[in-house]
Amino acid sequence: MSKYLVNKFLYTVDRDPVLVERYRADPRGTVAWWEAEQANLILNCHSGERSTWLAFTGAERDALASHDYVALFGLGAHNFLTLTLFIALFERDYEEPLAFQREYAARLGHWTVPYPDIST
Amino acid sequence: MATVAAVIASTHHPFFYRASTSTGADRPPFADEWVAKIGAFRETLTRARPDVLVMVGSDHFHQIWLDNMPQFLVGKAPAYDGNFYNEEREFGLPRMFVPGHEELSGYLLRQGLDAGFDLAFSNELRIDHSITCPLITLRPETDLPIVPVYTNIFAPPMPQPKRFVQLGQAIRELVESWPSEQRVAIIGTGHLSLELGGPRQFGPHGPDPEFDRKAVEWIASGDLDSALAGVSLDSLWEPGNATHGFMDFMLMMGVAGRNVKADYTDSLDLFHTMEAYFTWYPAGVAK
Repeated sequence: MSKYLVNKFLYTVDRDPVLVERYRADPRGTVAWWEAEQANLILNCHSGERSTWLAFTGAERDALASHDYVALFGLGAHNFLTLTLFIALFERDYEEPLAFQREYAARLGHWTVPYPDIST
Repeated sequence: MATVAAVIASTHHPFFYRASTSTGADRPPFADEWVAKIGAFRETLTRARPDVLVMVGSDHFHQIWLDNMPQFLVGKAPAYDGNFYNEEREFGLPRMFVPGHEELSGYLLRQGLDAGFDLAFSNELRIDHSITCPLITLRPETDLPIVPVYTNIFAPPMPQPKRFVQLGQAIRELVESWPSEQRVAIIGTGHLSLELGGPRQFGPHGPDPEFDRKAVEWIASGDLDSALAGVSLDSLWEPGNATHGFMDFMLMMGVAGRNVKADYTDSLDLFHTMEAYFTWYPAGVAK
């Protein structure tokens, strides 16, 4: 269980326009590269400073590698980070305004309160 | 001593800028009514003739991140850039530049720490739409220096609602004790019921109109006791999974004062969430 790392992936990809496009085009490759090269970088530290222990669980890696925002919701990924990044990835494929956001809601329609815990 | 010239609380809808500036077929049908309401709301700040704006909001994982998460943070810088790449991308928000009021920032930090609030600070803060949206709606000239105050309504564990109220009460007292002749408006933005990234998002109304009705009543009447009795960190998940932003409204109720009725109240039922606007003019303040 590494909700923090899932959020770190969403956060670092969402803030970088190059990574947003890379993740859209090649989700599995981007997740593999990111986990190998980026996951343990300590943000806002000298680039030589890394953690040694951060890794995805299999379910987290699969959810990210398959763009599966429904699974990410179930795993307790932060709802705002997931929504924002996935709007950037897929809103462009829908003609009607907010059509992607409404489909996103409908695909989560089996959930009622309480939702999965987003605490980290 | 400084004068609190106005206390203002509102929602911060990131789509207002795009809706209000769009034309022709791109202009949504609700834009004209929204612009008119914002125009009237803006006038409530203008007529208070402020010199400085204290602005309460919450970073949405733009600069502040889970590896180093402050609960309450005061910006102390001579200037603030505004809005981030992903806010331009999603909301069409413009890059902004706002002067800072370092002296008042320093005063709030020193006095706030001495009053028992372990405030974090930032000397290089890029403000996000929780602060730039109220600048766009209330003071688009961005000509007044600001003091940004960030709260954590976003990443559990969060402070208790009563702590937001207490901080609001403290900010009011501290501004009123600031040895200055300036007129200060204290502005804060939050949410009513709101769902982001969940099954109730982007519906025809906010996710919980009954909560919104109660919340507007609490705020408009200054009914802090009912608000505090009516919500908890656990219960705020129920009206919508982003409803903890209501705690910033509670902070502003603390600024305005217990049982002090708002002098101006307005709301607009939009898709996705209800907009709400409140202004208080402290008793005896010339306006």
